[in-house]
Amino acid sequence: MALDVQIVKDLRDFTLNVSFSADEEPVGILGASGAGKTMLLRCIAGLERPDSGRIQLGDHVLFDKSQRVRVPARKRHIGMLFQHYALFPHKTVAQNVAFGLSRLERSEREIRLKKILERAHITGLEDRYPRELSGGEQQRAALARALSIEPDALLLDEPLSALDTHLRAQMEIQLQETFAAFQRPTLLVTHNVEEAYRMGEKLLVLSRGRVAAFGAKDEIFRHPPTLEVARVTGCKNFSQAKAVSEHEVEALDWGCRLHVAQPLPRIVGHVAIRAHQIEFAEAAGGDPKARNVFPCWLLRASETPFRMTLYLRLRQIPSDPNDGVLEADLQAEITKEKWKQFADRPQPWHVRLSPESLFVLPQY
Amino acid sequence: MPLTAPADWSPLRISLETSAVATLITLLIGLAAAAWRARRKGALLAFVDGICLLPLVLPPTVVGFLLLLLFGRNGPIGKELARIGASVVFSWPATVIAAAVVAFPLMYVTARAALEQVDLHFLEAARTLGASEWRIFWKVALPLAWPGILAGIILSFARALGEFGATLMLAGDIPGRTATIPIAIYFAVEDNDVRLAALWCVFDVVISLVLLSGLYYWSRSQWPSRARLAQR
Repeated sequence: MALDVQIVKDLRDFTLNVSFSADEEPVGILGASGAGKTMLLRCIAGLERPDSGRIQLGDHVLFDKSQRVRVPARKRHIGMLFQHYALFPHKTVAQNVAFGLSRLERSEREIRLKKILERAHITGLEDRYPRELSGGEQQRAALARALSIEPDALLLDEPLSALDTHLRAQMEIQLQETFAAFQRPTLLVTHNVEEAYRMGEKLLVLSRGRVAAFGAKDEIFRHPPTLEVARVTGCKNFSQAKAVSEHEVEALDWGCRLHVAQPLPRIVGHVAIRAHQIEFAEAAGGDPKARNVFPCWLLRASETPFRMTLYLRLRQIPSDPNDGVLEADLQAEITKEKWKQFADRPQPWHVRLSPESLFVLPQY
Repeated sequence: MPLTAPADWSPLRISLETSAVATLITLLIGLAAAAWRARRKGALLAFVDGICLLPLVLPPTVVGFLLLLLFGRNGPIGKELARIGASVVFSWPATVIAAAVVAFPLMYVTARAALEQVDLHFLEAARTLGASEWRIFWKVALPLAWPGILAGIILSFARALGEFGATLMLAGDIPGRTATIPIAIYFAVEDNDVRLAALWCVFDVVISLVLLSGLYYWSRSQWPSRARLAQR
C-alpha cells in the first residue's frame, strides 16, 4: 500500500506545498517548529482541508480537489497519535482503546480489545484513567487506540516529545517494533534529528511548507542538497564559499582555502562540516602536515558527560576575552578521551577539516 | 414576628413543578442551540447570540409583553393554538413558558462555553477513530462539558424559580394554578399579609441558596469521582 500526497494549503505565514509518496518504510518528517509538519499530518488525517491537491491511500482517493472528493476523517481509516495523546480523560484505558471498536459485536470486541492491550503491553491497566498512568503508559495506550481500528496508515505527531528523557529511548524501540510489524505507510513528525534518523527509513525535510529534501535518510545526512537541509539535519558549521579550482573552495567566513573530495556544484554557495567530523592535529592519530589544517583558538568549551563541545575561532587570537560562542567560527564535538590528550597544550591548536567530511552546498 | 405555616402550599408546588419543567425544556433547546453554535464562526451568528441572550437583559415586563403578543388570541402562535381549542395565556403552561424563556440565556451561555472549552484534540481523536459527529457529541463532548452544563442546569433552575414579571403578565395570579412563590409574595404584600410574604421569602432564599452553594460545592468536588460512577 502506498500513500500519495500532493497538497497545497495557505497558512498564515507561508504556503504548505508538499508532494511525496510513502510506502511501507516509515518516513521521518523533520523540520523546524512551524515548518508545517503537524499541518501536513492533519491534512492527511482529514482534520484540515487543503486548498487544492490530491491524497490517495492505496486504492482510495481521500481527497481530490478537482474531483471534489473529500473523505471525512472518520472514514479515512488512518490512525493518528496526537502529540499529547488526547486520551479521553473520562474513559478508562479499556474504554479508550475500545472506542474505535464500537461497530464490532460485544464478544468480538472483547477478544480484539484483549489482544490489542496485550500487544501494547498495557494489560492490567484496563481500568485506570489516563491521569493515573505514567507518560510511557499513556503513550502505549494512545498508540494502541490508534492501531485498534487496524488503520491503513499511521501518523505520529511528535510521539516522544511529552516523555522524560529516560523513557524516550525505551519508547523509541517500542515504536520501531510497532513500525516493523505495521508494514503500512507510517509518517512520524519530529524536530529531533536523531529521533528522525533512528525511527525513519526515509526522511522528509520540511522548510516553511516546502519539501526541502525527501529520500533515503543516509543519503540526506551525507549529502544534504541545500543549506537549509544541512541545518535541519543538525550540521552546525557553515561558511560562505566560492570555487577556486575543481576541488578547492575559498571559505569566505573562515578565511581559508579548503580541498574538498566531492565534485563541486555548478554554483558554490556554502561549505560545511558536521561538528563531530572536525579533527585535531594535536590528538593521537592527527597529522599536522595534512591538507586543510588550520590554527584555531578556543573560545569556550561546553561539557556533557562523555563529550566536549568546543567553540573555536580560526585565523586570529580572540581579542576580547569575553567573546562568546556567537563569535565562534567552528563548533567541534569530540570525545573526552581525545580532548584530554591536548586540553593542556598551548594554543593555537590545529583543526583538520578533512576533504572527505566537508560538503559543498549549491547557491540557489 | 412568628411565622406560621401557610394555609395554601400550592405556590411551593407550582414553583417547583414550573421550574423543573422549564429547566428541562431549556436544557433540551439550550443544549441543542449551544451544540449547533459551538465553534462556528460568522457575523450572522453574533446576531443569533444576541437574540438568545436578549431575555437576560430585557426587563421581564418586556419579555412578558412579547410573549403575550405571541401567545395571545391574535398572536401567531395563539391563533394556531386556538384552532385546536387550546389557550396558553393564564394557564399553568404559561408559567412554564415564561420561566423557560427567561432561563434560556443562562443555559445557552454556560452550555456553549462548556462545549467550546472541550479540547479539540479529543474530538479529533474520536473522528480519526471512526466515530460519527453524533456519537462524538454524546460520548466525548457532552461528558467532558458536563460540569459546565450542570452549572447551566442549576443556574437555569434558580432563575426559573425566581421568575416574576413575565410570569405575571403571561400567566397571571390564579391561586392553585399559576401563582408561584414570587407571585404569592407580591400579592401577599398587596393584601398586607406580611407574615405570609416573609414565609415565602424564606422559602425562596433557602431553596436558591441550597442550589447555588450546592452547585459550587459539587462542581469542585465531583469531577474525578463522577467520571468513575458514570462509567459503571
